Amino acid sequence: MKPTVLVKLSFRSIFRNRMRSLLTTLGIIIGVSSVIIMVAIGEGSQAQIRDTINSMGSNLLIVMPPRGRFDANRLTQKDAERIRTEATLVSAVSGTLRRSVTVVGGSGNWSTIVYGVEPDYQAIKQWELQEGEFISEQDVKGRRKIAVIGSTVAKNLFGGVTGVGETLRIGNAPFQVVGLLKSRGTNSMGQDLDDVVLVPLTTALVRLSRNNYLSTIEISAISEDKMTEAQAEVEGILRDSHRLADDKENDFEILNQSQIIEVASSTARILTILLACIAGVSLVVGGIGIMNIMLVSVTERTREIGVRLAVGARRKDILLQFLTESIVLSLLGGAIGILFSLGVVAGLGKFSPIRAIVNPLFILVSAGFAGSVGVFFGYYPARKASGLNPIEALRTE
Amino acid sequence: MSLVVMESLRRYYGTGNGGVTVKALDGIDLEIHPGEFVAIMGASGSGKTTLMNIMGCLDLPTEGKYYLEGIDVTTLDPDRIAEIRNSKIGFVFQSFNLLPRTTALENVELPLLYRRGSQSTRALRDQAKEALSRVGLADRMDHVPSQLSGGQQQRVAIARALVNRPSLILADEPTGNLDTEMSLEIMTLFQELHRGGITIVMVTHEPDIARFAQRKVVVRDGKILQDGPIPDPARAEEVLVRFREEHTL
Repeated sequence: MKPTVLVKLSFRSIFRNRMRSLLTTLGIIIGVSSVIIMVAIGEGSQAQIRDTINSMGSNLLIVMPPRGRFDANRLTQKDAERIRTEATLVSAVSGTLRRSVTVVGGSGNWSTIVYGVEPDYQAIKQWELQEGEFISEQDVKGRRKIAVIGSTVAKNLFGGVTGVGETLRIGNAPFQVVGLLKSRGTNSMGQDLDDVVLVPLTTALVRLSRNNYLSTIEISAISEDKMTEAQAEVEGILRDSHRLADDKENDFEILNQSQIIEVASSTARILTILLACIAGVSLVVGGIGIMNIMLVSVTERTREIGVRLAVGARRKDILLQFLTESIVLSLLGGAIGILFSLGVVAGLGKFSPIRAIVNPLFILVSAGFAGSVGVFFGYYPARKASGLNPIEALRTE
Repeated sequence: MSLVVMESLRRYYGTGNGGVTVKALDGIDLEIHPGEFVAIMGASGSGKTTLMNIMGCLDLPTEGKYYLEGIDVTTLDPDRIAEIRNSKIGFVFQSFNLLPRTTALENVELPLLYRRGSQSTRALRDQAKEALSRVGLADRMDHVPSQLSGGQQQRVAIARALVNRPSLILADEPTGNLDTEMSLEIMTLFQELHRGGITIVMVTHEPDIARFAQRKVVVRDGKILQDGPIPDPARAEEVLVRFREEHTL
């Protein structure tokens, strides 16, 4: 029998029992669409995590005090200076000091975070300026009392004005605002990236710290694929700088941005796989529904099968007829499921903050998967149909 | 060459291990030549249906040989047997066995769909139309079985049996579900086809129907009891005319 004839026959028999076919395919529709939606949401959240971590800086290495032991902090400006001069795989280095402070401005008070930073910090964080200029080498050397502020701070301290040229007070000291950072909005964790005040590191160390230890040293590696080597280089320099013996543990910790992304997105990936598997179960249940209906159909059409065998159908022809029917049925369900899930994903993008990404390749995969559900669950009923004895089949009522 | 040759054909049905063996056919020797119109008669349980099933290649004998157009059917694989059913045999059943909710034309096309070798859909359709015209249903092609009378349904089934130009038409109680007038119409059609050179083997238990054939084979207990020509077969056409005169007053 020609394939076109087989497909035509299947469509006819599917449309002959419209309601039954629809209910049968419902299982596949739900299965396919839930798999696609789950994976789309999973991929969306992975992308979100990646973006959030990338917004922390480019090719970032962060040197911190050992985890949980901030009192053991020994990071100094000298460490930062040695990394800057000795490391070859590093393009920018800035020590930072981070303090939560209430600053006072022209039109009010504002609790924010003040960072003492060095000029390289701009490149590391890829900050762009809306107005004015960034902290310079001279500012750091001269311990100048100047500040670069984020837009949230500007809004709260100076009302509608940009604030450049104005004065704000940190503690008792007046700082002149020399720059306004371009707004970055909030990241996916809800953190306002514009709620910052940047001051020269040296000034901050004098004004906001009782000792000379840094909060972190932030470093940009020269490229993404050199991150691990750069990390090793920095580690060597710091061990030397801290005069650690070979058998001593590090008294600092280095976070590697690509590792953070790896860890965070692998968690998300595992979650995605888990969700897809649960959704996949409903696809299997849908397949069982198809098998069930195909078995009913074979019983109902026993006489038809007998007639077909009598007029010269081979067993293979009967097998293919019923197999084609279940494949067409599940592919129809798959197609409806794909359309439905695309609608849901589009709706999510429009009406909710959930990010969902549909990979076109995955649509092909799920269509293929729906088809193979048809083959797998259609084979047994089709096999049963093709094994009927024509004499008995013709005799059934 | 003979169309059908059966040599000491036996068909036993086992009723399980150690159970009784039913001898449905117990040594049949039969020869049918092209162009014959044979009636196979016998009571129910005589084995005539089994004989029919074997002749139609729906069943295989337990022992003995069956040659159809010189081909030993008992040695063939199932696909080849299906092909023989498709190309050499046309079945007509007591209960018509048309596919429901399928037009007369599509029912007639059915055997063509399973024919080996490719032919355009158009050519197949024309062939099916021709077969339907031959049984006088050219104007009913788009009717589904439920819209046709019993006699018309049986004529569609006959057209389906004819459509592949088979060597042999096998009819199993073709008038069993029809009233007298429709039965006579079907027999008229059979006689017409027979005059056109088609070989027909018909199983029936009604002597009234058997008398339209040329040759009568009586089966009892799986054996041939009697086999001989019917001296002066009745002409169904004339019987039908007379029947209509008597019943339309």
